[in-house]
Amino acid sequence: MFRRYGNQCVAAFAVDEVRVLRKVAGEVVGLLMDGFDHTDPVVDRLFPDIYPDDPDDSAEFRLYTEGDLKTGKIDQAGAILAALPDDGPGEVRLDGEEAEAWLRAINDARLAMGTRLDIQADTDLGAELDKAVVEDPASGRVFQLSVYAYLGYLQESLLNALVVEHG
Amino acid sequence: MALPQVAPVETPQIEEVPADDRPWVTIVWDDPVNLMSYVTWVFQKLFGYSREKAEELMLDVHNKGKAVVSTGARERMEMDASQLHGYGLWATVDRS
Repeated sequence: MFRRYGNQCVAAFAVDEVRVLRKVAGEVVGLLMDGFDHTDPVVDRLFPDIYPDDPDDSAEFRLYTEGDLKTGKIDQAGAILAALPDDGPGEVRLDGEEAEAWLRAINDARLAMGTRLDIQADTDLGAELDKAVVEDPASGRVFQLSVYAYLGYLQESLLNALVVEHG
Repeated sequence: MALPQVAPVETPQIEEVPADDRPWVTIVWDDPVNLMSYVTWVFQKLFGYSREKAEELMLDVHNKGKAVVSTGARERMEMDASQLHGYGLWATVDRS
């Protein structure tokens, strides 16, 4: 989890954390680089219609803005990959700009995972995780739910480290 | 000789269509993933709102399901919504 040291947000990651973060950021980049399917609920969530009642106006607006938006999202996921150690444990030090890119990228990853996991407003993550573990502790859902929860804590810690008042 | 025909004076029906001068708004909708602290931070960052104002808006989104976060010309609202999408917030544009 992140802490503030001077002007930087700093976190020490274990090898498993590095691998998970690399995987998650890589998946976001992959989703954005591959064919872009607006019927995919994840794409729909990351690039929502600006005029929900007017598909034509939405499509026209999308034509002009989607490229930049997509590039921005790829760049911010790339900021995670750039700052992490290649493999193995290591420390990550982020300046303000890098921290902001991480926050946005972690958020994109959480939106993608949350959509796939069908997270709702009343979803109790702990209870969901318990249920999934009882069904099959080795299942993909257990892993996905754990990563989703982890990313939430990581994002919150980075946000707190970023906005901490200077004493 | 035929009398010069006087064309009937057409009085075109001019309907006074009042220009719709209602401003446009950017709306942010509640979603189950975004952290409350993150949404507050985005409002401060993007609109320069005070922490109090940003928190109030975030709570409106959370409790009422949506909130108007900016008001003005259509193009500016489209820009705001697009930037909010960059931060992962669910934003749309509408007439106020």
